[in-house]
Amino acid sequence: MPDALAVTGLSKRYGATHALCGVDLAVGEGELVGLLGPNGAGKSTLVKIACGLVRPTGGTAEVCGAPAGTAAARGSLGYLAELFRFPGWASADELLALHQRLAGSGGGAAERAELLDLVGLTEARDRRIETMSKGMQQRLGIAQALVGQPALLLLDEPTSALDPAGRRTVRGLLVELRRRGVAVLLNTHLLSEVEQVCDRVAIIDRGLLVAEGRPEDLARPHGVEVETASGTRAFPAASREDVPAIVERLVRAGERVYEVRLVRSTLEDAYLAAVDTAEAPAGDDRTAA
Amino acid sequence: MSDVLVVAGHALRESLRRRVFAVVVGLTLAFGALYTWGTSELFQDVNNFGPNQFGLDPRVLAGATILGLAMFGTLFLGVVLAVFLTLGAVRGDAERGLLQPLIVRPLGRRQYLAGRFLAAASVSGAYVLIVYAGGVVVTGVLGDWWPSDPVGAGLRLAAAVVVVAALALLGSIFLSANANGIAVLMVFGAGLLAGLLGSIGDALNSHTLQTIANTSSWLLPFEALYRDALRVLVSEVPGVTGAIVQLGPLGGSHDAGPLLGPYTIAYLAGVGALAAAAFARTDL
Repeated sequence: MPDALAVTGLSKRYGATHALCGVDLAVGEGELVGLLGPNGAGKSTLVKIACGLVRPTGGTAEVCGAPAGTAAARGSLGYLAELFRFPGWASADELLALHQRLAGSGGGAAERAELLDLVGLTEARDRRIETMSKGMQQRLGIAQALVGQPALLLLDEPTSALDPAGRRTVRGLLVELRRRGVAVLLNTHLLSEVEQVCDRVAIIDRGLLVAEGRPEDLARPHGVEVETASGTRAFPAASREDVPAIVERLVRAGERVYEVRLVRSTLEDAYLAAVDTAEAPAGDDRTAA
Repeated sequence: MSDVLVVAGHALRESLRRRVFAVVVGLTLAFGALYTWGTSELFQDVNNFGPNQFGLDPRVLAGATILGLAMFGTLFLGVVLAVFLTLGAVRGDAERGLLQPLIVRPLGRRQYLAGRFLAAASVSGAYVLIVYAGGVVVTGVLGDWWPSDPVGAGLRLAAAVVVVAALALLGSIFLSANANGIAVLMVFGAGLLAGLLGSIGDALNSHTLQTIANTSSWLLPFEALYRDALRVLVSEVPGVTGAIVQLGPLGGSHDAGPLLGPYTIAYLAGVGALAAAAFARTDL
């Protein structure tokens, strides 16, 4: 079974600007991968190449074994762009019906009703899109991307216009999609979102993949802090296993111990460390979106 | 083919729901009413003319002239409609974020272009034929004058609008909506101006002006189609009256020759191939 998305040595140049410089990335079947990186790192370019909207300068991108951009590849994916707009005159139901026809989906009214229910827009079925809030349109965008039961979902900042409740809805939706075996590449700036739902994280900076792994692996333990009567004592090199010995030593030395904390670096720390240490490739002015 | 029809249907539905067609129908009815009134007044005056020493038939002269002018108005309205249906089809819609959700579907880019062209060409072509037919009927009923080849002239006029729709669609790949709309309307105006220069060149026997007009006709065949439509409108009017009306309104009539039809088909195919190749290489 091929990966839902397999990217090998992918590069893209816009004139003198290197948007991607040989990125390797795979998203397995039913895997939820978060794509992180600063503005202009090349995340959206990678997603657009996978969708067939942008042609790569080098390397390959395959969707479910088919070269990106081919009809077979596009038939296997759903996509929500960062900056999207749907025809304001259409209703939610009409939009989904249009995408069903274009995707060749035979799901009919039942599929449309299920998708609208999934994103909490059942009541807005016949409402014109131009009368919907941005958050509702974003949820409709996710429903649109799910038309035809794609094997891979490419979401570019899908929660950027959502309020906290809307974000929670989308997080729940992502978990549900993973349960159904849909692979998701989630391009976002929200680290907390990635930390909560993603199986794996890929961090891109200046067109390079600078870090990759499970969120809990990237956010490693980072020492122990002990609250004592004389103040906070830090043990940066210590781990969870060292806690009993540290407490015993402090108590034996006459300290009164009130609290012990295991300090973990956050994904944010890992992200900032990865981005700070990344080096620009030779001749790179600055990367593009 | 079904993808092409889906895109064409979507484009037409958008025009319908955005009330583009309602505006067009309203303005066309106003145009038709004014044309009917003007034609009625014209033929009332013409019927009062007495016989003249030059052998001119004033009824034929009036009918051919006013219908020729109506053809120009019809062409202009049809061109505006075609341009508005296509001016933002690619780059304009991509800049607004409307295009990407459609293009990532299995639908091919060529099918998308074909769908948009089908919608614009069928609507603007049908519009021109209907308005032109209305003009012919009004002129015939009120003035008792009927063109020599009304079908041939109408088809040439409709083909001219289809050519402009193809050019506007091609332009939409390279230019944003506003820039494309302005560019295509300026090209349309330049083409008609070149035709007028050709007429002046014929009158003055200026080889340079004639060359400019001929070159423009091949580069922008909508101009040649319009002038040829004016020609076939009165091609069988005999005598002095025929000699005058065959100049067309403002001297615009011109015989483009038998190759115009095949050339127009080849031209449309060429524009389509160029548009498909350019769109395939466009990053969105």
